[in-house]
Amino acid sequence: MTARLLDVRDLRVEFRTRDGIAEAVGGVSYAVDAGRTLAVLGESGSGKSVTAHAIMGILDSPPGRITGGQVLFQGRDLLTMGAEERRRIRGAAMAMIFQDALSALNPVLPVGAQLAEMYEVHRGMSRKDARRRAVELMDRVRIPAAAQRAGDYPHQFSGGMRQRIMIAMAMALEPDLIIADEPTTALDVTVQAQVMDLLAELRREYAMGLVLITHDLGVVADVADTIAVMYAGRIVETAPVRDLYRRPAHPYTRGLLDSVPRVDHGGGQARRDHGEHVRHEGHGGHRGGKLYAIKGAPPSPLTLPPGCPFHPRCPRAQEVCRVERPPLYEVSAADGGPAPEAAPPSGASPASGASPAAGTPPPPGATPSPGAAPAPGGRTSACHFWKDELDALDAVNV
Amino acid sequence: MGRYTLRRLLQMIPVFIGSTFLIFFMVYALGDPVAALFGDKAPDPATAARIRKDLYLDEPLWRQYAHYMGQIFSGHFGTAFNGQPVTELMASAFPVTLRLTLVAVAFEMALGVTLGVLSGLRRGRGLDTSVLLLTLVVVSVPTFVSGTVLQYLFGVSWGWTRPSVSPEAPLDELLLPGVVLGLVSLAYTSRLTRTSVVENARADYVRTAVAKGLPRHRIVTRHLLRNSLIPVVTFIGTDIGALMGGAIVTERIFNIHGVGYQLYQGILRQNSPTVVGFVTILVIVFLLANLLVDLLYAVLDPRIRYA
Repeated sequence: MTARLLDVRDLRVEFRTRDGIAEAVGGVSYAVDAGRTLAVLGESGSGKSVTAHAIMGILDSPPGRITGGQVLFQGRDLLTMGAEERRRIRGAAMAMIFQDALSALNPVLPVGAQLAEMYEVHRGMSRKDARRRAVELMDRVRIPAAAQRAGDYPHQFSGGMRQRIMIAMAMALEPDLIIADEPTTALDVTVQAQVMDLLAELRREYAMGLVLITHDLGVVADVADTIAVMYAGRIVETAPVRDLYRRPAHPYTRGLLDSVPRVDHGGGQARRDHGEHVRHEGHGGHRGGKLYAIKGAPPSPLTLPPGCPFHPRCPRAQEVCRVERPPLYEVSAADGGPAPEAAPPSGASPASGASPAAGTPPPPGATPSPGAAPAPGGRTSACHFWKDELDALDAVNV
Repeated sequence: MGRYTLRRLLQMIPVFIGSTFLIFFMVYALGDPVAALFGDKAPDPATAARIRKDLYLDEPLWRQYAHYMGQIFSGHFGTAFNGQPVTELMASAFPVTLRLTLVAVAFEMALGVTLGVLSGLRRGRGLDTSVLLLTLVVVSVPTFVSGTVLQYLFGVSWGWTRPSVSPEAPLDELLLPGVVLGLVSLAYTSRLTRTSVVENARADYVRTAVAKGLPRHRIVTRHLLRNSLIPVVTFIGTDIGALMGGAIVTERIFNIHGVGYQLYQGILRQNSPTVVGFVTILVIVFLLANLLVDLLYAVLDPRIRYA
């Protein structure tokens, strides 16, 4: 296997707080290949941003501390690298787009100067040349009258324009990898799509790898190749984007998908229509029905529940979930691929939803894969009953 | 900006009138200036009455004030107890105090900001803790204690400087008094700078600067300091006015014939022309310094626009 662009292995980050040690990231592994897009999905506090900060080397420490794992970027571990070497990579080979461009840009410097700085520092350009490149860059992200506006300050731009400047700054040196931390969350819905399209277009043009951190499922579907779903500092499911939307293999992912309001209900959504009859919660989802919400709140990283961290909120929780933390099972191709034409009867699996008692062995065919990120196109799920989750979907799809 | 400046200048008029009246009223309340003129001896009633009439002291307070203001605007600040015109006193006193203040502010800026930045960048380390402790001590020791102790040590025990300043008050003789005058402000400046640096070091734009792969010195000088020093500049600006008026104790200790010295004499002799005249000028200096700071603030922080 060739070296991947970014390969995060079993990354662990903890925060020392007054109330104790909070494990914000508890062994996260994901990978991005050159030119591909990985979406990291999760609620606020799921550790997705902290993971990104650790990769980027901008973790607030103290109180944050990386306690384990590797971050391989183009085959080299960033965590063991010297500070100066790592600084040269930041901004030049990997760049980050922040959520709130207003606070992420320096309020007392003109945006042109903040963009030009990239060329001055990393390329050693003269101030004049750097300014010229900055204006080109602003033109590139379609800021009207770029030459005149280069002298303006961040607060003089609209939210969408500011985020374009943020994108321009990240793109300046045409890095191999971009980490976008909720790039559209702070924007109006109308502007969100524009900014997202721009980001996707530039990514394609420069063939960059992209880690897109978001909690917006709508954003993900169009842009991402693979998705990693995070919950309570861990990855609970990874899958190619189409598979994940069609057949989520983790109850949390399914809850997320069901909590998106839908106006349409075309062929693709037929499964969810029928699903209502068998859902544990009786969650509707559209056409005037009550919107489904995952009950409860995410756990505090200070007091993670034992076993599967999702079990207090999980409709499928069994005794084993309270005791034993599920590893990341590999979802085999036969089970995890596109829905089979005729779904196997749900009884086919020995560990079907209703029967297992505490200590039931995980479903056959599942092999735990701690540490390593899945191969592209592969799927993983951190649920003891991932098979049942899939089977239940297939059953109602017949 | 022009309109704003004009408006601020116009606002100074009521402040000026109000503050001068307050001063005038307070000096009036001090006691009988005619009695004070005679010192320990009891004045001859007829002479006292004549002086009172000459000095308009038999008129009601508001007419005294109106008369005084009228005199001021025609350039007559009255005479001091020894018959010297107050304007003459001002001409000799203000340059001395201005020099003293400049020494104090330079010292405050150079050392205070440096200490503040260093301790802010090394929060929680040894240097930070010692700066915090040291500034706390400096703030809690009053100027008349630190002034006399330093005067004794440098001027008397070690003989490095002259313990008192000659009437011409050249700059080199004002170094020690300037340090004494600026000491408390220095402590405040370094604490303010430290807090501001600590706060801004956690700001998102500093994180962005790190993510851009900028070298540390560039992050600190270009991004962190530029933002952190805005409140410090504001403080130092307003402090200039406060230092000029607040030099009374320092000028007494080192026998500097500046504004504080003249004010002290004026109060001692209950000579209202001296006190009110000097304070009036100080009020104007203070107001102008504040205006200047506000205008500077808009220059430093582009988010602030005055209309």
